[in-house]
Formats: sequence, C-alpha cells, structure tokens
Amino acid sequence: MSLLQVQMVNKSFAGLRALSDVNLNVEEGSVHAIIGPNGAGKSTLLNCFVGRLTPDTGSVLFDGKSLVGLAPHQINQAGVARVFQTPEVFSDLTLEENVTIPTLARRDGAFALNAWRRLGSRAEVRERALHILDDVGLADERHRTAGTLSRGDKRRLELAMCLVQDPKLLLLDEPTAGMSRADTEKTIELLKRIGELGITKVIIEHDMQVVFSLANRISVMAQGTVIAEGDPAAIKADARVQEAYLGGTHP
Amino acid sequence: MNARFEPDNGRRRDRLLLIGFAVAVLAMPLWMRPFGAAYPDLLQRFAIFGIFAMGFNILFGLTGYLSFGHAAFLGVGSYTAVWAFKLLTVNVLPAIAFAMLVSGAFALAIGYVSLRRSGIYFSILTLAFAQMCYNLAYSVLTPVTNGETGLQITRTDPRLIDTWISGASNLIPATNLFGLEMKGYAGFYFCAVVLIAAFYVAMRISRSPFGTMLRAIKSNQNRLNYTGVHSRPYALAAFVISGVYAGLAGALLACTDPLAGAERMQWTASGEVVLMTILGGVGTLLGPVLGAVIIKYLENIFSAFNEQTLHGVFGFLPDGLENGVVTVAGLFVGEGWHLTLGALFMVLVIFLPGGVMEGARRVGGRIRRWRAAPRAGVRRLAPADSGATPGD
Repeated sequence: MSLLQVQMVNKSFAGLRALSDVNLNVEEGSVHAIIGPNGAGKSTLLNCFVGRLTPDTGSVLFDGKSLVGLAPHQINQAGVARVFQTPEVFSDLTLEENVTIPTLARRDGAFALNAWRRLGSRAEVRERALHILDDVGLADERHRTAGTLSRGDKRRLELAMCLVQDPKLLLLDEPTAGMSRADTEKTIELLKRIGELGITKVIIEHDMQVVFSLANRISVMAQGTVIAEGDPAAIKADARVQEAYLGGTHP
Repeated sequence: MNARFEPDNGRRRDRLLLIGFAVAVLAMPLWMRPFGAAYPDLLQRFAIFGIFAMGFNILFGLTGYLSFGHAAFLGVGSYTAVWAFKLLTVNVLPAIAFAMLVSGAFALAIGYVSLRRSGIYFSILTLAFAQMCYNLAYSVLTPVTNGETGLQITRTDPRLIDTWISGASNLIPATNLFGLEMKGYAGFYFCAVVLIAAFYVAMRISRSPFGTMLRAIKSNQNRLNYTGVHSRPYALAAFVISGVYAGLAGALLACTDPLAGAERMQWTASGEVVLMTILGGVGTLLGPVLGAVIIKYLENIFSAFNEQTLHGVFGFLPDGLENGVVTVAGLFVGEGWHLTLGALFMVLVIFLPGGVMEGARRVGGRIRRWRAAPRAGVRRLAPADSGATPGD
C-alpha cells in the first residue's frame, strides 16, 4: 500500500501554474527521489505535504488520511518529519535541548502544560535524546550551542531531531545543498544508515550522485507535472528525462 | 543509561540559588543600609517591581515576545485589589487572589488577540490594548476606577466580610494580614515572602519541559511548529502567567498603599518593566529582579535631587562654572531623572546588551582566568568536558 498518495494536485500563484495535475505514490519503505530542473515545482509539492501550502485542488493522503488543510504541527504529529533546505535548528539552545524538544513533542503531543516537573528528571526522554545524538556522532558536543555547528553538523543534528520522533515518513528537501564535498559524503553515509531503519523517505535533490546512491524510486518533474517515474535504471534510460533534465551531460 | 552521560545535578544548584536568593532578599534591610535604601517604603517597591519584572521575563525573556502593555495588568491588579478591600475585607489574601484571577483573565483575552501576530505587530497590539485600558480608566470606566482621583478605601464601604465578623465600623481600616498591618517592615517582609515564592515558581517554570518549549519559540518558532509543537498555546500560557505576575505586583502595590490610579497603566510604566528586564539581563532568573532594584533605587536617588543639593555637590567649583554645571546637571535630576535613565540604558545596550548578569559573568570569567593563569604557567586549553572522562 502507498504511504503517501498525491492525486491530481494543482497549485497556482497569481495565475502562474506551479503544479498541474500532479500524481505521485510513495510506497511504504521506499526511498523516493523527486528530481527535476529549477522551477519544476518540487519544493512547491513538498510544501503541500507539510502544511505550508494548501493545494488548490486535488488530494494528499498520508496513511489513508487527508493532509490538506492541516497545520504543520498536526502533520508532524501524524508522523511526517522534515528537514529544511537550509538546516533549521534551535540555534541558541544546546544540542541536547535541540533533540529533547522533538522527543517531548512526540511524547506529550502538540501542547502540554507541564510547567512544574523538572525537565532533567524525565530520564527516559533524556536517554532517548542522548542516544540519538550518539547515533549521529554529536554526543560529545551535547553542551554546545547549535548555532556554532558547521553546516554539515547542523544537518546531522536536524536529522537526529527528526529520527528521535520515529517518523513514518521523512521529507528531505535538498539535504546536501550548499555543502562541501566531504560534508555531502558524510551526509549520504548517514542517510544510508538511516535507510537501514526502514523509514520511508522522500528526497528532493539536484545532486545526481546523491539521488542515484540513495533512491530506489525516482519521479521526474518538469513544468509543474510528473513526466516520468520508475527505478533508477529506467530513469537513466528514459529519453524524455534526458531531454528535460539530464540534457545528455549525465556522467 | 550510557555511563558517559552525567546525571542531572541541576536540582542541587537550584536549591542553593533559591536559598541564597531568599537570604539576600530577607536581609535587604541590613545590606541596603550602606546604600541609604534601608527604609521599608523603598524596599517594598524593590520587591513588588521585582515580581513584575520577573513575570515579564517569563514572556519576553523566554519566548521573545516583547509586550509593551504589561502595565495594564499591573493596573487591573491594583483596581481589583482595592475593590476587594472595599467590598469584602481589608485582609490582603482575598484581594491578592482576586487580583491574580482578574488580571489573568485580562491577559487571556488580550494575549489571545495579540498573539495572532508576532514581532513588532505584537508589540504594537499590546501597546494599543494597554493605552485603551488607560484611557477607559479615565473616561467611561470612571464609576469603576474613580477617574483622576484614584480608587481608595472610604468610610462608607460595605466590607461585607469584615462587617459580618466584627460589626460595622466608622473608621477607615488599614490593610492587614489577619491583623498584621501591611505598613513599614511588616509590609516589606510580606512582599519579600511573596517575591521569594514568585521566584521559586519562575524557577520551576524555567526548568520544566514547558519552559524549554518557550525558549524554543524564541529560538526558532518555525522549526518548532514543524517539530509537532503547537507554539501558540505555549506563548499564550506564558502571556497569561506573566499577566498574573503583573496582577500580583499590582495587588501588592494596593496592599501596601491602598490607592489605585490609572497612571499605573500608562505606557511609560510598560516601558519601565522592559528597561528593568533588559538592564538586569533578559532570560535570566535573577536579572529582572536586579534590574527592578537598580531602576527603583536610581529613581529614588535622582528624583530626590534638586537645584539646592546640586549647588551643594558642586559648591567647590568657581561661581560661574558652578552655575553652568548645575544648569546642565539639573536636567538629569528631579523630574528629569528619566534622562539619566535613558542615558544609562543607551550605554548598557551598546556595551553590555546582556545586562548586569552578563557583566557579572564576564567579570567572573576574567577573575577565574586570572587566578588560573599563574598556577598553570602556560596558556592551556580548557579541559575537555568532564562528563567524558573515563571512570566518571
């Protein structure tokens, strides 16, 4: 069964058609990449999954429930976590607090008036948060402020913040954008390890190396619609894709 | 749990902080003496405005939402308390309870609307609401607020509970706590105990998961929403809590001096609490209280100066020069003491944006380095995180 079903989604901005009749099925357990040239509508589509944008028409079903019209926190509570194109972390809090917050959000829901108990006395929350930090290799830096991390480390922290919630679906918006080669390698390696957890992932990416080393399903978008879908080998061989996007210069 | 992660030992540090704070507050009549501030009226103000600033910090310091209308809740607290004195009893406890309830309800309504916007728009909305309260108190609400005269206890008040217990009385009774009159040092110690309790509550809030969420709002609200947290009710709860603190402070003002006037709600009063918080250190527990004490202390000193005292101070100068200096300095004292406050504030924001608390941290760090340096002989890096040492 598909975990995420996108049917006939349309979105226009002041007459400009950003998405037209987009259909997309993300299978449970897959790593699904969405690629396409600039302005193809990839980010617009992603924003329709997370509650930043509401599609004009069409439906977005997650786990059989509609996501249309829900607020970002409700979508997260349903089991969708996302990382941003530029890593978004709580810059002036410590790494430990950064991972504690999503742990609490998963445990206590979108709002809980727990103003009397000590945060530190919740051993299970702390344990979980610190183990995730350990998993991404940031445990020794846990007292540092997140704003002082390098971009690659911020990305790792952001991934830890998503993973600590045990999401059913992880959305990655250009996870290696603006990173050095070394940071990109490290991030790919981490994403591969995350892949072993079996979390379904949707990746929007420009970098073909990232796409072909991670994805087992690829959708190609151009001019606001999906023009091809298939496994990586089929996409590489598809003539329409080569014309629209790869332009024959693919390595 | 992994042995590398140190246990949470903040509890002990917090207990020490609370004890130290309580001792310092209760001993104020002693250590304020060299500063010439050891008289109860002023000490009461220190405690009351400390509560006001501490509550304001729960909103501004933790969530980053800058309210420019918190004096409205202070005023509402004062009016409610005086009404409780007039209608029910001159015992202070019911008055304080009602003041906290009513100002909390006001904060809920105003916060609900204002928090639909953030940043400067939020600030302007709160300012507008506070000015509305201020103007209403002077105009249509005169039957409730007694307009410019101010609301006070009179001979003819019903005081239902007092009359029921001890019969009608023709005297204007003094506000009291089961017979203990809220004047002088009794008044101060009562405010001091409330201040310590308020400090304890603020500390609990700050260390709780709720407090962490408030700090997350300040740090990155967008991220927080995408992390599955509904940030608005958290901000609203913080707004209401700080409104209740303001109402409590307003009630204490009425307890120590049962007269409530609308000028308490003016925008300058709202601005003053912002200054106190920033001066002491935004987001710290002690900072706002320190800021309140410093501002109320300076206000007391500078507003008491007049031309005569200035001539006394600068008497050693030659006549012509003396007159010049006194004319210039005269602008900064008495009615014009806000000019001093403004100058102090500018200097602080430019050179020490973290306030007094940041200054103390810097000095402390310098002393520690200065003491460590000669023993180490060479410059060394700080030792790595102690939690990571083997055998810990």
